[in-house]
Amino acid sequence: MTVREGLLALLAEEPRYGYQLKTAFEAATGGVWRLNVGQVYTTLDRLQRDDLVAVDASGEQKRYALTAGGREALGAWWQATPVDDPPPRDELQLKVLLAIDRGPDHALAVITRQRTALTRLLQRHRRELRSNAEPALSEQLVADALAVRAEADLRWLDLCESRILRARNDAPTPTNGGTP
Amino acid sequence: MTDIRVVRDRSRAPALELTDVVKRFGSGATEVRAVTDVTLTVAPGELVAVMGPSGCGKSTLLHLAGGLDDPSAGTVRVAGRDVPQMSATERASLRRTDVGYIFQRLNLVVSLTALENVMLPLELEGTGRREAKRLAREALGSVGLVEQLDRFPDSFSGGQQQRIAVARALIGSRRLILADEPTGALDTMTGDQVIELLAELPSRHGTAIVLVTHEPRYASWADRVVFMRDGRVVDEAAPDGAPGTDAVRQRVGAPT
Repeated sequence: MTVREGLLALLAEEPRYGYQLKTAFEAATGGVWRLNVGQVYTTLDRLQRDDLVAVDASGEQKRYALTAGGREALGAWWQATPVDDPPPRDELQLKVLLAIDRGPDHALAVITRQRTALTRLLQRHRRELRSNAEPALSEQLVADALAVRAEADLRWLDLCESRILRARNDAPTPTNGGTP
Repeated sequence: MTDIRVVRDRSRAPALELTDVVKRFGSGATEVRAVTDVTLTVAPGELVAVMGPSGCGKSTLLHLAGGLDDPSAGTVRVAGRDVPQMSATERASLRRTDVGYIFQRLNLVVSLTALENVMLPLELEGTGRREAKRLAREALGSVGLVEQLDRFPDSFSGGQQQRIAVARALIGSRRLILADEPTGALDTMTGDQVIELLAELPSRHGTAIVLVTHEPRYASWADRVVFMRDGRVVDEAAPDGAPGTDAVRQRVGAPT
């Protein structure tokens, strides 16, 4: 998503002033995306140039509304589904894969370290969430997203650990006649 | 061995103290070491989560902590008392008065009402029926259940049944609650509510909790998360970094 789509989505609800759009944008995105008001006006200028937004300049401030073209562009954006295919390179994944290459013990040590760090992050998120007596729905959902992503990484690390342990336990143990 | 305790309140004995604990099953060629050299101290009012892959020894650790099983070596103390040294009667009393248990399933007696289930540990201990009933209502109230307490467990939802189990584990001011996958049978939102309830107990009642879980989501409520692998404690996590963490990491060999 870009600021452009965010503004179109907010204007679909009702016509708004530039500064109103800034605050509405920040509230709707749960505080994860701060805008400066200049950025809002630059984007509105471009939307106006592309006939996606119309301006009502009769009052003291300019008031912006969606055009039919804007509504269509917004509809296309709602319809589009973001899919990472192929998925982006993942730092954690690559680190563990390379660690396995150096042997199971090293891989397990790397997994332990990554997992502890991620668990700490999850504990911190949890504390922040608990200290916020009445979080807004958007704030809750942002916190959920952070937590669920950390959980996904942790689950993956658990699977790595289980598979490495199984492979290690299934590996034939050297007999007395074999070379150590 | 380095101790990994975080004792917040030194005026009281640790709720749980495991020192160099070993648990072996079988012998000779078939010997399995379920727990190896585990040292873990849980302070009053502390919530500690134990995580690790299947077969890592976490459930065995919980059985040892609750006196359901004896260690092959090492010491297990609950509230300063040496559990393996206890007689069968003392042990039964420990399980009824000092330690509360919550399991994934089979927590409640199906032929007893919600209220009777919570009263059970007190009645077994010899508390009068009237007093047991009063305390049971209080415990159920503290987990948000105040109505229809004369219904049988089957007529409550999974989340409500775990609330009843929490109330029963809590009754009689337990020092230590041992919870083995208490959210295992619940959906995420209901699981959250049960963990939230458990996580409030340490600050409200000074109870210590050991929570065995494989869900990072639920472990994140803990003051400390202890990781086990192959029967050993391999690391621990605390949001602000527990004092013993680096010592543990050194012992197991940090990656370079």
